[in-house]
Amino acid sequence: MTATLFFVQALNGLQFGLILFLIAAGLTLVFGVMDFINLAHGVQYMVGAYLVAAFSAWTGSFGWALLLALPSALAFGLLLEVLVFRHLYDRDHLDQVLATFGVILFLNQGVRFVWGAAPLSVPVPELLSGSVEIANGLLYPVYRLAIIAAGLVVAALLYVLVNHTRVGMLVRAGASNAAMVSALGVNIQRLFMVVFGFGAMLAGFAGAMVAPILSVEPGMGDNILILAFVVIVIGGIGSIRGAFLAALLIGLVDTVGRSFAPNLLRLVLDPAAASQTGRAIAPMLIYIFMAAILFFRPSGLFPVKR
Amino acid sequence: MTEIAETQSAPATSFTTRFEIVPLVLFAAFAAAPLLATFSGAEGYVLSLLTRVMIFGIAAMALDLILGYGALVSFGHAAFLGLGAYTVGILASHGFEDALVQIPVALLASAVFALFTGAISLRTKGVYFIMITLAFGQMLYFLATSLAAYGGDDGMTLASRSLVAGTDWLENDFTFYWLCLVCLVGAYALSRSIVASRFGRVLRGTRENSVRMEAIGFQPFRFQLAAYVISGMMAGLAGCLLANQAEFVSPAFMTWQRSGELIFMVVLGGLGSLHGAIIGAAAFLLLEEFLPEILHASSFFLGEETRAHLAENWKMVFGPLLILIVLFVRGGIMGLLRRPHHG
Repeated sequence: MTATLFFVQALNGLQFGLILFLIAAGLTLVFGVMDFINLAHGVQYMVGAYLVAAFSAWTGSFGWALLLALPSALAFGLLLEVLVFRHLYDRDHLDQVLATFGVILFLNQGVRFVWGAAPLSVPVPELLSGSVEIANGLLYPVYRLAIIAAGLVVAALLYVLVNHTRVGMLVRAGASNAAMVSALGVNIQRLFMVVFGFGAMLAGFAGAMVAPILSVEPGMGDNILILAFVVIVIGGIGSIRGAFLAALLIGLVDTVGRSFAPNLLRLVLDPAAASQTGRAIAPMLIYIFMAAILFFRPSGLFPVKR
Repeated sequence: MTEIAETQSAPATSFTTRFEIVPLVLFAAFAAAPLLATFSGAEGYVLSLLTRVMIFGIAAMALDLILGYGALVSFGHAAFLGLGAYTVGILASHGFEDALVQIPVALLASAVFALFTGAISLRTKGVYFIMITLAFGQMLYFLATSLAAYGGDDGMTLASRSLVAGTDWLENDFTFYWLCLVCLVGAYALSRSIVASRFGRVLRGTRENSVRMEAIGFQPFRFQLAAYVISGMMAGLAGCLLANQAEFVSPAFMTWQRSGELIFMVVLGGLGSLHGAIIGAAAFLLLEEFLPEILHASSFFLGEETRAHLAENWKMVFGPLLILIVLFVRGGIMGLLRRPHHG
């Protein structure tokens, strides 16, 4: 029983980790290439979820909604870049934190203004509804497996894009030394826009994918943003590989920790105290984990060489 | 972190008598406010609003001590507010209702938490520091939400304000107001003397160039850690007062958005002037309080329904306002006060 439960929790952790990776990938690239802290990355995830909710209500099909939501999320990201973020690249981190905080306030209220404060729900697409038996007697929702598959595919595509294409090369070069890339005749402003738009689209994609299993509500991006920050800090800012590993680690530690911390503590404490302490410690686990990693590796697991 | 230092428009050494006036006027205004409040007809409302302003003024000033003078962008300072508030709440629920017990315990708890998190955070630099302090803040936030015995997500209501040596003086709003003012002035005087001391100069030197400070024989880490602990304790004190003001304690006191608001207060007022942080806190809270009404009043040419809608969604104006302030008002309110003088 415990082994199967562990297996299910590990799958949940993997799924959560992959969603985190989709968000963290954009965040770490934007930070690595542009030295820009974007707190508003979480609201781009929220906007992705809202777009898919709106489009799926309009078209009645999740597939079409996703197809429409991705370019819209991209366009929205580019719009924000032109309107706000572009003016902040040469500011210090403090100004960036504050201005993007302003964007969060605006957009959290903005979606409430447009769609109301009540959570929206998006139906799970017909094709991916239901469960499959993955071991004897163990059912797992197909849609969650689809998220895992989509996350892995995007991660693979991202790997090829960053490591084996010309744009990817420029992005990696930009992460090491943006000024030098610019001096070599690359239009760095355009590179910034591409990276930014792409990051926004990835976050939007993550939001769109989780829309059917979570409630779509204002502020849904705020907490996941913090987790994405934890991921990129552990992974080493600017490193896609670091973000991938750290996202999976965080996903697993968080999900598995929440269900097993009380059980583990039962070995040393009486059941009531164990479940109480376990519930208190579980949500703190990833932060303790992060503090421990940074204590030994202050620049994360895979620091980008500058 | 040197970028932050560069945005500093005037070093604290160029203090002229002109700017000594600002804190005096500020504290005089706070001292005179209760008198005016009695005439305003909405005494309770005015007093409680101004008490909140002073409490957040203390917290923002605590942050300014490390942000303005040490260029340490702590994005988790609301955790100390929460720590102070929860100390009051938890002790009160176990029968320790006296502020003379609660405040020392809260200060100790804040100091220990600051020492522990600071020792880890200060090993890192720049953006890593921002995010680690953020993560520690979140850690405490989630701890608070999981404390089922103390209200969990919903928080808990205090039975009454803290006692002082067994008497219930603080139940009187005026007495509580004066206590907050005393704390504010005390914290200001303490911060001012810290900034002016050798310790403060080393801290500022570290802000400008920590490599050079090391070269002349200082260990920046120790000074930064000490400043971080002092700042955390001051914010913890503000938390004790906040719990008493609201007579309520909840995890909402230490969300990361609250930490962001504290940073905004400091920047709005002007980095590195201490009283600027108090002015920033006042401006922020008053704006938050009155923006819905300002919007409603200033949109008189629109239909009543649209006006109500606009007032309800005031955050859609507040957010862009914040962005515009960051982009165009450099040096904050103190910077604006300073500009005509320096030309």
